[in-house]
Amino acid sequence: MNKDILSSLRPALVMTLLFALLLGLAYPLALTGLGQLLFPRQANGSLVSEGGRVVGSTVAGQAFTSERYFNSRPSAAGSGYDGLASSGSNLGPTSKALVDRVAGQVESLRRAEPGKAIPADLVTASASGLDPHISPEAARYQVDRIARVRNLSPADVRALVDSTVEQPLLGFFGEPRVNLFELNRRLDALRAKPAA
Amino acid sequence: MTFQGWLLIAVFTGLVLALAKPMGLWLHALYEGRRTPLHRLLGPVEAGFYRLSGIDPTEEQGWRRYALHMLVFNFAALLFTYLVLRLQGLLPLNPLGYAGLGQDLAFNTAISFTTNTNWQSYGGESTMSNLSQMLGLTIHNFLSAATGIALAFALFRGFARRSAATIGNFWADCTRVTLYLLLPLCVLLALFYIASGVPQTLAGSVDITTLEGAKQTLALGPVASQEAIKMLGTNGGGFFNVNSSHPFENPTALTNLVQMLSIFAIGAGLTFAFGKAVGNPRQGWAILAAMMVLFLAGVTLAYWAEAAGNPIFHSLGVMGGNMEGKEVRFGIAASSLFAVITTAASCGAVNAMHDSFTALGGLIPLFNMQLGEVVIGGVGAGIYGFLLFAILAIFVAGLMVGRTPEYVGKKIEAREVKLAVLAIAVLPLMILGLSAIASVTPAGLAGPLNKGPHGFSEILYAFTSAVANNGSAFAGLSANTPFYNGLLGVAMWIGRFFVIIPMLAIAGGLAAKRYTPETAGSFPTTGPLWTGLLVGIILIVGGLTFLPSLALGPVADHIAMVRGQLF
Repeated sequence: MNKDILSSLRPALVMTLLFALLLGLAYPLALTGLGQLLFPRQANGSLVSEGGRVVGSTVAGQAFTSERYFNSRPSAAGSGYDGLASSGSNLGPTSKALVDRVAGQVESLRRAEPGKAIPADLVTASASGLDPHISPEAARYQVDRIARVRNLSPADVRALVDSTVEQPLLGFFGEPRVNLFELNRRLDALRAKPAA
Repeated sequence: MTFQGWLLIAVFTGLVLALAKPMGLWLHALYEGRRTPLHRLLGPVEAGFYRLSGIDPTEEQGWRRYALHMLVFNFAALLFTYLVLRLQGLLPLNPLGYAGLGQDLAFNTAISFTTNTNWQSYGGESTMSNLSQMLGLTIHNFLSAATGIALAFALFRGFARRSAATIGNFWADCTRVTLYLLLPLCVLLALFYIASGVPQTLAGSVDITTLEGAKQTLALGPVASQEAIKMLGTNGGGFFNVNSSHPFENPTALTNLVQMLSIFAIGAGLTFAFGKAVGNPRQGWAILAAMMVLFLAGVTLAYWAEAAGNPIFHSLGVMGGNMEGKEVRFGIAASSLFAVITTAASCGAVNAMHDSFTALGGLIPLFNMQLGEVVIGGVGAGIYGFLLFAILAIFVAGLMVGRTPEYVGKKIEAREVKLAVLAIAVLPLMILGLSAIASVTPAGLAGPLNKGPHGFSEILYAFTSAVANNGSAFAGLSANTPFYNGLLGVAMWIGRFFVIIPMLAIAGGLAAKRYTPETAGSFPTTGPLWTGLLVGIILIVGGLTFLPSLALGPVADHIAMVRGQLF
């Protein structure tokens, strides 16, 4: 048995080093090279720049909390949409903290827009805390407020939402959704037009 | 529940069944050591590896030697990762300047990745340098997967060989699986992920000025290369804290589908490869059928529970299914499906937070792991775990008719049954024992985030996940403490290798046996009767032990949820 252990040492150590070089360095570095060459935009985070400043990523979400923008979902990542501390709330179905949080959000939504049914995603924290999307219902829920605050016609804002909705692939892979970064950028562009 | 949701589940199941044969044929070629088209390109690499490390790939090993070389190799790679993690602060490719990991976290993480568990007590983007992710963690994603498949090959040989003293060569199995299966597939998958929006860069982060004028820093890194093997090797250790729910790990519904298929692809293929190895593909299909019965039952329950949602929320006027801890692009159906897949296999990646599932929706992932992850299961580990149950099932069938049973041409006798029970008993002993310790000690009770029965569920889930080598979590548990890092580390090690050693002993014993041809008195192990018996044995032997603990956790939680009681 001792001789067996000794005879296994050289293969074990050398193979560890060889595999470390191949799988731990060559493989990820080669893919980094390939990715940067073939898909430079995606490989660097699908970033969008305006006026020399990076304003967001079309893939990872950012916080929208002002009443001038379509609002994002609650986020448990750091103090909200912290890109260095992704996290869900991890609160369970009988958690008082969770129910208090949801009840508080429901109340403030009700105060602003009485009488509307509240879409679930608008008052629940996402898994990542960086969810880039809201449901089409959650976007439509906010149309009247946006139109009022921005002095736009509700029909125009609703049309903007409808044209931003992404449908599931082939009708059933994924869910209907609205990318908030896209929607709010288009909303800003809508404002830039001269008032009709 | 929606029609689209069921269509997704049906299409996914169909794709898995369609993948099983081609993947199985490829695996069978590697099992036999046949030359593949990839040898032209990678053959010299394989030969070079053997030459430099002094390995003769044609040298046959008995089960003891096979086990020893596997253990020493895994231990060497474990030490390597421990050192990389401890010395992180001194090593390059550390753009965010993270310090080395503390003793207990490095210990836990090194074991976690070596054992294919990939339990993460840390948040990736706030702890690990790019070098640690690549050199410390990605290599184990490959090697622990290759080790698992090699071990399955060894057990296949036990059934397939006749009066033989050996079960193959560990180094040859491990190297071939890595070079001719995992690595080439991962290159393709990683390129697909990059094209879909998964970052692959050596930069650490990017600063953003949001549309509202706030500052946001997004962590980046070589994500895609790790993502590919994380799913294919059923590892599950995410680049980021929130794993496959992070938009940078899993940006679209299509990447989500590919990730789910990656988890099951090799495990399903191994059932076919087993059938082919023992000379009757129907033996493999019977196993896959039993697995899919258990899988679809789990999916149905979890999807139903999540779509039904939380009545406490409904009373607040928030209608519909449970969206807490879920991403909009996946929704209820794809999140429930992913949760069942990742715990049926021993993957542990998550695209939604299991801790925030409804009580019964969270029970299914927990129960899947407690069954020993034999529903497809981890790469290699799933099929050898399943074959241990098959040995018990045929033993029970033999008891009923009063003769020594045989399975795929080998007599199953006292030695096999004793060793199988030994391996299967590791799970309940360790899971329940360690959960009990954590539930009565101050250091253990400091862990849970949630109060009431859900807090106990968090503890039970952690030890279940560790012993079963899954790696998913009810992530509210604060596990990055010396108590949990240490205990969970030990749990992962025992959960992996204390199953493997008896399994290899069975393989060695079976290989030495003569072939026993099937007779009119043999119990047929291909039809629906056998599939039903397998499902029954797995549920009774694997599941029954855990029912009291489930009653204290998720079941109590469900009753509280229905009654509107909060903690």
